[in-house]
This record gives sequence, C-alpha cells and structure tokens, in this order.
Amino acid sequence: MKKTPLYEKHVALKAKIIDFGGWAMPVQYTNVIDEHRTTRSAAGLFDICHMGEIEVKGSQALDLLQLVLTRNLADQTVGQVKLSALLNEDGGVIDDLTVYKMDEYSFMLVTNATPKDRDWEWINKIQAEKKFDCELKDVSDPTGKLDLQGPRSEEILQKLTDADLKNLRFYHFCKAKVAGLETIVSRSGYTGEDGFEIYAPENVIGQIWDRLMTAGAELGIKPCGLGARDTLRLESGMMLNGQDMDESVSPLEVPYSWIVDKSKEFVGAAALRAKQSTGIRKKLVGLEMTGRGIARHGYKVFHGEKEIGVVTSGTFSPTLNKAIGLAFMDVDYSAPETAIEVLIRDTMTAAKIVKLPFYKRIK
Amino acid sequence: MSKPNPTDRYYSRDHEWLIYYSDGTALIGITDYAQEMLTDIVFVDLPEIGRKVVPHATVAVVESVKSVSDIFSPVTGEVIEVNQALEDTPELINQDAFGEGWIVSLRLSDPEELKMLLTAADYEEMIKEEK
Repeated sequence: MKKTPLYEKHVALKAKIIDFGGWAMPVQYTNVIDEHRTTRSAAGLFDICHMGEIEVKGSQALDLLQLVLTRNLADQTVGQVKLSALLNEDGGVIDDLTVYKMDEYSFMLVTNATPKDRDWEWINKIQAEKKFDCELKDVSDPTGKLDLQGPRSEEILQKLTDADLKNLRFYHFCKAKVAGLETIVSRSGYTGEDGFEIYAPENVIGQIWDRLMTAGAELGIKPCGLGARDTLRLESGMMLNGQDMDESVSPLEVPYSWIVDKSKEFVGAAALRAKQSTGIRKKLVGLEMTGRGIARHGYKVFHGEKEIGVVTSGTFSPTLNKAIGLAFMDVDYSAPETAIEVLIRDTMTAAKIVKLPFYKRIK
Repeated sequence: MSKPNPTDRYYSRDHEWLIYYSDGTALIGITDYAQEMLTDIVFVDLPEIGRKVVPHATVAVVESVKSVSDIFSPVTGEVIEVNQALEDTPELINQDAFGEGWIVSLRLSDPEELKMLLTAADYEEMIKEEK
C-alpha cells in the first residue's frame, strides 16, 4: 500500500489504518461519531495527501479543459475553484474533480485518489489527438494536502498566516504563507462545513499538520479519519466517486446536472444529448429510514414486490441521529416523500425518499 | 485498554461471552475487546424469541457507523429473551459489554457444548496473539 507523508503520525496517534484505493489511510483515530461531531462543532484535520493533482499550463490550457470537462470554465476567474466532471465518450463519469485557475494560462485539477491514473491517461489521450498548446504534469506525489474543516477553522488557520481569510470567499483560493511555508489555501471542502483545503509540498506538509494541531488545541481541533469524512459528506448530500457513481453513470442521473453546460461541446456531450432524448430512467436520490435498520451500499430497494432501486451509500447520521442514505431509484419512485422499503438482511424495512442535503449548516 | 475478562463465564473465538445458569439458560454478549474493535455501536438487530440457533449461526447483528458485524451463537439453543434496552440505547454495549450490554438469552440444547468454549485465560491468550 502507498503511504502519505503523514503515515507515521497516524500510527503514533494509534489510528485504525485501512486500504483505501491502494493507500494506507486512517479511517478513525478515536471513533467516527466523536470525530464527526468535532468537525461540526469545532474543527477536524484530515490527511488528504492521497488525492491527485494535475497541472495544465499553456496558451491553450483552457481549450483543453473546455473540451474534457463538463463545466463551462470560460467565466472562471483567477483564484476561483470550480467543481466539474470528466466523462468518457459514453457520457459516463470518470471522475468529479475541482479546477483551480492559478493564472490565465495555468490550472490545477484536483482529482479523486482512485481514478487519478485513469484521469491522467484519458486527458493525455485527448491531448495527444488535439495537440493544444499546453502541457500536462502529474504533481500528485510532490503535492501534500490537508483539509481543515469546521466552524473554528478560520480562527485556527488565521493564527498561522497573514492571508486575509475573512475575505476569502467560498470556492476561492489564494497563495499564502502558512507557518512560514508556501501553500495554496482554498476555502472549500467535503464536509458541509466552513473550512479550508491546504496544499503544500509533501516534504513540509507534516510541519503544517503539527502547527495546525498546536494552534487548534485550545479551540478543540482533532485529527479525523476517512470514516468521519464519509459520514460528513453523506449528511451534506455529497457523492463519493466509485461508490455512488462510476463510469456507467451519467451526470444527468445524479445531482450533477448543474455542472454540465449543455451549451458547449465536450467529450461525452453527444452521449448525454442522446440519453436526454431517450429519457432518464434512474436517478440518485436521498433516503431516510423510517423503520428500524441502517441501509448500506448494495442493499436493494422495493415497492411492494417490485424492485425499484439500490442503495449506494448508507450510514447512521451522527448529527441527525437517524439512518440516511443515497440510492439509485427508478425515476417513477424518486420523488420526495415516496414510501419505499429497503431489504435489510431478510427484512423489508420502511424508508422514504427525501430531499438532499440531509444537513445544511446555519451560516 | 479493554476491561479485564470476567472469570465467571465462557468465551468464544468469535469474541462472544456466555454465562451459564443452573436452569439450563445462558446470557450472551460480546467482549469488551470486541466492542473496542467495533467502536461506536449505533444499531443492534435482535432475533425473534423462539429462534433456533446452532454454533456459529448468526444470532444478532451489531452495526457501528461504518460496519455491519454478525454476532454468532457459541452454542445450540433457542432464543428466550433479548435485551430490548439495546433498541434505544445500542451504546450500552460500548459502555458495559460484560453487563448491561448483554444481547440475548438462550435455552441450551446441550450443555456439553460448553466444553468447546474458552476460559477467560484462554481468551486473553487468543487476543494477545491477534494483536
């Protein structure tokens, strides 16, 4: 298994380590519920060094990205982050990734860990055919990444930087010195809380981790694992690549229509138009258990005798104290408040479709 | 650190404990070591009264935030009682695995099977190797 630069710290903290897409990652340090609630009420620090970073630079960098990504990036400003999808020719989601506009001719793509190599090959294949004036560079290994998430994040990070965090808007980033080290600080994340994603060279990311832990001690910061990351993102109605969607899934079937710009041409656009004309037959929606039990990935969903869907993510929500999940449903049964049943082991258990997100922070 | 394993009961290799009573019934739960491994227990699926079980058959299911774990019966028998307190407070298993967090009560078919189970000392030896 691959190890992040912070691996030894996780072991010293007695974290439970799991294999996540070939990476030895901490799933929890104490327990998931405690880490989850700490992130909602104070601040959580997450090792996200396993995610991928790809640089795209050159006079036609934007042209390449406009072709491979679903989102229209023409109006993206320098210092802005945009979520987008990378599709295959059939319109299936290879990855959902964020695009950082560093300057007019320079971008950074932040990819999920597992599909990173697939992203890299696919974008390079298209570039090899189109030969835009730009260069691609996989900087995943030299780039470290920490996510500092939760309502006390700004206060903690501000102790270590002169950057004006108060005026850094959501889904925007700046170059900033944190603890005297060059970083990129982005106000974004995967938890539904205010917070930051911090990028720095892998050889100094450990120093930043330590300084944040010290600066945040009096404000209740705790290291958090992938377990809490998963429950936090699910409560916030966010999907997990590889679990809620894969290359067989269209962005139109999941809550990603908003990152697809139908007015531009991109790889997979023709397939999406075809899909739209034949009709979308399934849809990823939220569900809440009304009977006793927890829906889990792979459980089948029924309406009477009829199988109408499958659960893609499911957990006990530490904030709402109830069982929640995401499921791919036949569109006829995808409207909020539709009563359904989830087959849990050998018992049909009552549930209903609900609107996403399950949890929204009060700003 | 897990709590010490009480010596008044039997243990299974699947991390269950069993207290045998002279009326032929037994109380079953999971060990403190097991609850530590599972961490935050958020749901317990209890069996129906009257369910017949054999050794290694699933008698209950315990879920943490992330995982779903079968609890196996250490012996052959019939479920005569379940710990209904776990329906609303599954965390009792985390708080008091050897006491208030008991899971089911069984009537044993064959008390001779108890000889196949471990003593507290045997069990401690086993988890030492697991660690």
